[in-house]
Amino acid sequence: MSVRRLHHEQPASFAFTRENLAWAKQQIGKYPKGREASAVIPLLWRAQEQHENWLPEPAIRYIADMLGMPYIRVLEVATFYTMFQLAPVGKKAHVQVCGTTPCMLRGAEDIKAVCKRRIAEHAHELSADGEFSWEEVECLGACVNAPMVQVFSDTYEDLTAESFERLLDAFARGDKPQPGPQIDRQFAAPFGGDTTLTTLAGKAAAKAPAKPAAKPTAKAPAKAAPVAALAAPALSADDAARADAAGKKPRMMKAPRKAGADDLKMIKGVGPKLEGVLNGLGIFHFDQISAWKPEEVSWVDEYLKFKGRIVRDDWIAQASTLAGGGETEFSKRVAKGEVPSSKR
Amino acid sequence: MLADKDRIFTNLYGRGDWGLKGAMARGAWDGTAKIIARGRDAIIDEMKASGLRGRGGAGFPTGLKWSFMPKEIGERPHYLVVNADESEPGTCKDRDIMRHDPHLLIEGCLIAGFAMGAHAGYIYVRGEFIRERERLQAAIDQAYEAGLLGKNAAKSGWDFDLYVHHGAGAYICGEETALLESLEGKKGMPRMKPPFPANMGLYGCPTTVNNVESIAVAPDILRRGASWFSGLGKPGNTGTKLFCISGHVERPCTVEEEMGIPLRELLEKHCGGVRGGWKNLLAVIPGGSSVPCLPADVCGDLPMDFDTLRNLKSGLGTAAVIVMDKSTDIVRAIARISYFYKHESCGQCTPCREGTGWMWRVVDRMARGEAHKREIDMLLEVSHQVEGHTICALGDAAAWPIQGLIRHFRPEIERRIDSYTANAGAAPLAAAE
Repeated sequence: MSVRRLHHEQPASFAFTRENLAWAKQQIGKYPKGREASAVIPLLWRAQEQHENWLPEPAIRYIADMLGMPYIRVLEVATFYTMFQLAPVGKKAHVQVCGTTPCMLRGAEDIKAVCKRRIAEHAHELSADGEFSWEEVECLGACVNAPMVQVFSDTYEDLTAESFERLLDAFARGDKPQPGPQIDRQFAAPFGGDTTLTTLAGKAAAKAPAKPAAKPTAKAPAKAAPVAALAAPALSADDAARADAAGKKPRMMKAPRKAGADDLKMIKGVGPKLEGVLNGLGIFHFDQISAWKPEEVSWVDEYLKFKGRIVRDDWIAQASTLAGGGETEFSKRVAKGEVPSSKR
Repeated sequence: MLADKDRIFTNLYGRGDWGLKGAMARGAWDGTAKIIARGRDAIIDEMKASGLRGRGGAGFPTGLKWSFMPKEIGERPHYLVVNADESEPGTCKDRDIMRHDPHLLIEGCLIAGFAMGAHAGYIYVRGEFIRERERLQAAIDQAYEAGLLGKNAAKSGWDFDLYVHHGAGAYICGEETALLESLEGKKGMPRMKPPFPANMGLYGCPTTVNNVESIAVAPDILRRGASWFSGLGKPGNTGTKLFCISGHVERPCTVEEEMGIPLRELLEKHCGGVRGGWKNLLAVIPGGSSVPCLPADVCGDLPMDFDTLRNLKSGLGTAAVIVMDKSTDIVRAIARISYFYKHESCGQCTPCREGTGWMWRVVDRMARGEAHKREIDMLLEVSHQVEGHTICALGDAAAWPIQGLIRHFRPEIERRIDSYTANAGAAPLAAAE
């Protein structure tokens, strides 16, 4: 338990944006009539996301009014749950360092030391430029990838003091670094090769263990002209060399499968021009994109000079939904012809 | 070692497609309607026969829990609530189920919902798992689209709606009644029991709260048969289990293994062994931060199951193995766990609210050696005063790590006190607050 109070300076008012209001109504609809209060945490969270990642007092009253709850009940919730930030946090990054024992055993204290040196001496204190802040939090549930931090919605795992400093540099530049393990590792699988699920046929089968290769950072030395690049003549040699330095080239196809290429414009962030470029590279299907590993995303990102857009728009998740025959919010709009930029 | 064909979570590492198509290719949603057609009693009997014990930590038989729900649906609707508030330090298994194999969980929810007469289910995901709940929601949307949820779900004749709800960073909401309070939009403070949730749960209606893993393994048990599941492991501790191994091993990972696998085999087969070799092992916490630690000398062929570990005055808990090698400052490691419980106490019961902070301050001083030896016994006594005197088990969970520390590492604490006294001379001690 700790004492948590509202910030001394508060904005005059708060209201949801139109999209968030529509979303909030839908959330409230999940719960039985008369039980609207159930939606209080999701709504407060959305308010925090809308308001530069901290929760102002007018938002507490606004949501209480919306749900028909006494103000004190919502204030109780806002102060009880520690993910609600009651004071301003860094605009570029609010770093939540997991400090609980499993992370501590693997070096969380080094990460904290970096925060103290580079961001601010104390937790919840803004850096001099107001762009960063940090706090130590309790177990974030990624213990086999310790030590780790969470920045807003994403986790960055398997850190060292050095790789964490590089992360901070990237945030400072305004980039969005690739979330997940910061070493060459597949999520919670053991580093250096799987010990299980190696004998199953079909899609679930694990690939041969990847060799511990260089991380997908731009620092890796540029390699000589890659042999693989010769297979696809559409590749621009310069871009490819740069991309090879940044990551690993995904497997390309010479032509779409017999059933025809997928409509890549269903992916938010892909227009007709980009679709042409992707086709030229040898990318025709959603399942090609959904299978990309982080280092392959880095390759494509660098090749297209995208500066992290693939991750920001979350192509992988979109593509895997679409590959599975599902629809995304965006693809529904494209299908209805509501997105002019996606028309041929 | 468990054969791959006996594994349930075949996309644990996310190498395949998490979506509906991929999940179906791996065997999910196969014959769900037929399973439901067997009827409620048959499903519950099969679950009981499989010997599945809840995977959330307490190890209560899942089939038995399902059978506690009222037989007939009265005026009050029944609810299924899935506890995905995975916050026990060391534990990160449900996260991988939700992000890589969400359809196993969704199918399990439908079957469990049917078995307990629930037409609605809520999955309470911890607030920090933002990407995981987005993934889970995407999978649920796929299931609705394919007719696997909603009216006449999966053509079973049963209507079932499934919703994702989330918290906002409170460990206590992993306790089932606190979770229900939180789901109702209140502070997560545990309720007195009885009445048990099966009678008075969510919104005062009959409710069953199950862990993600318990629900996600149910479809496979019902498809392959209780005898397949109970044939793995040993009687009373059957089946497979996700183990999360963190701390001082060469390659920490999450892995599905047979219940009762010897600890050393688990560490050496999957994690590259203890850092610096087996002889470098100091202690393990075998089941998440709340269970007492065990010293290296009992760890060799220690079978990882509920009963063996309980007999050693520890526990399997969530099967989150935290390994500590000889470079570990064990007193500080446990003090950090004490700080965790101090931070996460909801403040409702005095022994826990005051006790967790008191115990943390004392054990933190002991980590520096700034204590009297008699305080070790005082700490132990206070830990027993907290244990069992609170509404929920958080008080117990805060007391056990300290009891384990004193049980196995008392000489280490004394050594520190001696060395501090020798070096600092007669420095005044801070009074125990």
